Amino acid sequence: MFFQLFFIYCALMIVASGLLAISLRNPVHCVLMVLVLFFHMAGLYLTLNAEFLAAVQIIVYAGAILVLYLFVLFLVNLRDELHLTAFVPSAWLGRIIAAGLALGLVATIPVFTLGEKGVWTVEAIRQATHTKALGQELYANYLLPFEIAGLILLVALIGGLVLARRNQGERVGAAGECEATACSAAHADHQEVLR
Amino acid sequence: MIPLSWYMALAAILFCIGVCGFLTRRNVIVMFLSIELMLNGVNLNLVALSHFLDSVRGQAFTFFIITVAAAEAAIGLGIAIALYRSRRSVHVDTINHLQG
Repeated sequence: MFFQLFFIYCALMIVASGLLAISLRNPVHCVLMVLVLFFHMAGLYLTLNAEFLAAVQIIVYAGAILVLYLFVLFLVNLRDELHLTAFVPSAWLGRIIAAGLALGLVATIPVFTLGEKGVWTVEAIRQATHTKALGQELYANYLLPFEIAGLILLVALIGGLVLARRNQGERVGAAGECEATACSAAHADHQEVLR
Repeated sequence: MIPLSWYMALAAILFCIGVCGFLTRRNVIVMFLSIELMLNGVNLNLVALSHFLDSVRGQAFTFFIITVAAAEAAIGLGIAIALYRSRRSVHVDTINHLQG
């Protein structure tokens, strides 16, 4: 009974903060709503006996990824600068598509049947502790994907550095040079204005 | 105990909230956040299924998805900064032309 009440609380908070996150005007408020959502997600992972993933959810998602979002939001004033054209012509069409997708997905849940069960029952995981069970699965069966994940992180590191670097006075291709000259011209203008 | 269908329904709804945000919002940062919401819906599905199937395979997948989400956030926000920088320079250039 307690677990079900806890699930209902978490589900309501997740849906509410998710809806607020995509509808608030200020992007900083959106990021904070997603933070609330991630904390309740970690609570749901706890009800599923996934303590390690709950900790990773808070440390990596809430602690690293969302802080990165906040940093970018505070570093550059994106509030009125970075707007793309939307993928669908009107907002209501997008909402109708999403609502139809939700109805279709929820309607197909009752016909879902579970496959065959594995070896890691709740008792086995409790005996071995969750982190150890996950580590055994990762390093025994998914060693190559684990290495590839490390490589993806390396690519992200280098890519982030290259993308966010100020490329003034360096040859990084025609577009980069163009941008660098425009940037230096902008700086010169700015200094003239300041004078 | 909580039935599996509750988790799957919540995951589906969360995924569709992400889809809705991605389709309707025009701010790049909020679009990235919507992608995170979609990934979280998938994560919740995987963890719930791995719990109900007595397996940790889904949790290993969740682990990889969190890795990919971190990489995606880093690259995407780097692109956002580069885009911001190029647009700002374009703005200042037009002002320069107007001044003659």
